[in-house]
Amino acid sequence: MTKQPRTLYQKIWDAHVIDTRDDGTSLIYIDRHLVHEVTSPQAFESLRVAGRPVRRPDLTLAVPDHNLPTTARKDAAGHILPITDPESAQQLAALQKNAPEFGIRYIDSTDAEQGIVHVVGPEQGFSLPGATIVCGDSHTACHGGLGALAFGIGTSEVEHVLATQTLLLKRSKTMEVRVEGQLGAGVTSKDVVLHVIGVIGTAGGTGHVIEFCGNVFEEMTVEGRLTVCNMAIEGGARAGLIAPDETTFAYVKGRPYAPKGEDWDKALAWWRSLATDEGATFDKSVQIRAEDIQPTVTWGTSPEDTSAIGGSVPAPEDFADASKREAVKVSLDYMGLTPGTKLTDVEVQNVFIGSCTNSRIEDIRAAAEVLKGRHKADNVKWAIVVPGSGLVKAQAEAEGLDKIIIDAGLEWREPGCSACLAMNPDKVPAGERCASTSNRNFTGRQGPGSRTHLMSPAMAAAAAVTGKLTDVRELMG
Amino acid sequence: MDAISHVAGRAIPFGRKNVDTDVVIPAHWLKTITREGLGKGAFEAVKKEPGNVFTDPEYAGAPILIAGDNFGCGSSREHAAWALLDMGVSCVIAPSFSDIFSGNAFKNGILTVALPQEAIDRLMEVAREHPIDVDLETQSVTTPFQDRWTFEIDAFRKHCLLEGLDEIGLTMAQGDAISVYEAKAKADLPFLAKTPATAA
Repeated sequence: MTKQPRTLYQKIWDAHVIDTRDDGTSLIYIDRHLVHEVTSPQAFESLRVAGRPVRRPDLTLAVPDHNLPTTARKDAAGHILPITDPESAQQLAALQKNAPEFGIRYIDSTDAEQGIVHVVGPEQGFSLPGATIVCGDSHTACHGGLGALAFGIGTSEVEHVLATQTLLLKRSKTMEVRVEGQLGAGVTSKDVVLHVIGVIGTAGGTGHVIEFCGNVFEEMTVEGRLTVCNMAIEGGARAGLIAPDETTFAYVKGRPYAPKGEDWDKALAWWRSLATDEGATFDKSVQIRAEDIQPTVTWGTSPEDTSAIGGSVPAPEDFADASKREAVKVSLDYMGLTPGTKLTDVEVQNVFIGSCTNSRIEDIRAAAEVLKGRHKADNVKWAIVVPGSGLVKAQAEAEGLDKIIIDAGLEWREPGCSACLAMNPDKVPAGERCASTSNRNFTGRQGPGSRTHLMSPAMAAAAAVTGKLTDVRELMG
Repeated sequence: MDAISHVAGRAIPFGRKNVDTDVVIPAHWLKTITREGLGKGAFEAVKKEPGNVFTDPEYAGAPILIAGDNFGCGSSREHAAWALLDMGVSCVIAPSFSDIFSGNAFKNGILTVALPQEAIDRLMEVAREHPIDVDLETQSVTTPFQDRWTFEIDAFRKHCLLEGLDEIGLTMAQGDAISVYEAKAKADLPFLAKTPATAA
């Protein structure tokens, strides 16, 4: 009997089904649950009220990230500094109290391992290939870069997972995004994913799980793959996946929570069987030539509003769809941009290098390479580099990258989500622009009235140096 | 979750496409540790636009919101659903919804009704002066002018909404099946079934 060829997604799904109802709803087992301070307090409170325990605290890991200021957390004498925003302080204190009360492992804001939940998970080996991973945060899609089925959930689902270690789900449709060819100089994983979203649109992957296929992803580092899958949600897909391979296994091996000994050998054997079978079909397929991808930036207030850096601000009339024309009008008005303006003529006053999309060691290295021996432009008032975790920070400092960044006039901060969503004090002032390595250019995302241009770390560093949106290739030696 | 079978009344004709949950409720409102009181922050930036539908007294307290394609995209924040509920909205009609938002809405007893753009256009027109009626039992949307559209809804979700069922309670009743799965995983996928005891 020959087995029906299956996709990577189908294999992970099948391995996690507990029960399927007649209507197709399945009860799915969750292997890893990451918890942060913003989307969990109401879930813990409901558990407390109902007298329900956490079913598998050992498969749950909590870490604060969204609210934390990125300025020093301890004074010179080593005393922990208080959080000045009372609401942030209350939310952070709630997690600090809830985690031990429910027996959950907790990384504190001053621990060396603290960081953005989506940086910490892979870094600690807590996130594994083939696992089902959830977190009350849409960028959980990120962990798909390891070949995990990872997706964001709401607070009711956080409570459901805490109480039962399961979720009730319908199987998603599958979408293949295949990028083949040779990426040009200065074109990074961020440019690839921005370009993909520009092609498929922010609703292109709705109802689907995207598998990123092709030599471009096979040749990418794990960090690059995490960046790509992170933004699958910006293409509407709740999860993105890249098949785990030897690059993945080398990355995972030896990390604190990674399997060891006999378990490691068993894991390897299973992980090697997960890649999409020859002949398996996808519900939808998109092919992109690597050579068509340029260093990419966004000009509007939707992540699908992308352009190659060599392009110009489009006009509403350039779009065929009537509702998109209307959206572009509103968006250009908000962004303060005139159609026809060359993107490289757009000045920025702020630069943010960080977020769960781009704050790993490779991202810091890429920014530092551009900043080395250069200085930020005078019109750039605020430029911060926020490492994704304490371990990334320590690694960057061991390589002397912090010094390059500080010498270039940028600030080197403590880890956290920071100006990606501006829940902490890091905000872009109203009416000002920010060259940002984050994932969303939504209205008000980086602070009320903020104007965000998304790009890669190298491109953001280039913008810091010139004070304008810049083609990083012009600064490359 | 409260049972829901019928939503009737005025509808807010918003109509915008790709409304992300940052627009529904900006991040600085997420610092709360309760579910209540988020209506004040709902559509904060839109409320500052002249002539917007959210500060128009005509639609105050309307139980239905009409929006464009891909409503609720972006962040998974359930605060978006809580904010809608707090402003009195228990039904959103749009051509399509993001996956995460439609799940969050369902868990809070908010009905998400997907209708084609032509229906949305007509409803936007009707909503300016007249009420709209949404019936979950018959899966239909009607206006005082003989307009009638039917919509699709997942059978399990419909059942839960009509009965006001507690999904966690339902799943906990399957505790034995979960234990059976866990025992099997321990044997077959031991590296997923546990985390090393030696880890931090």
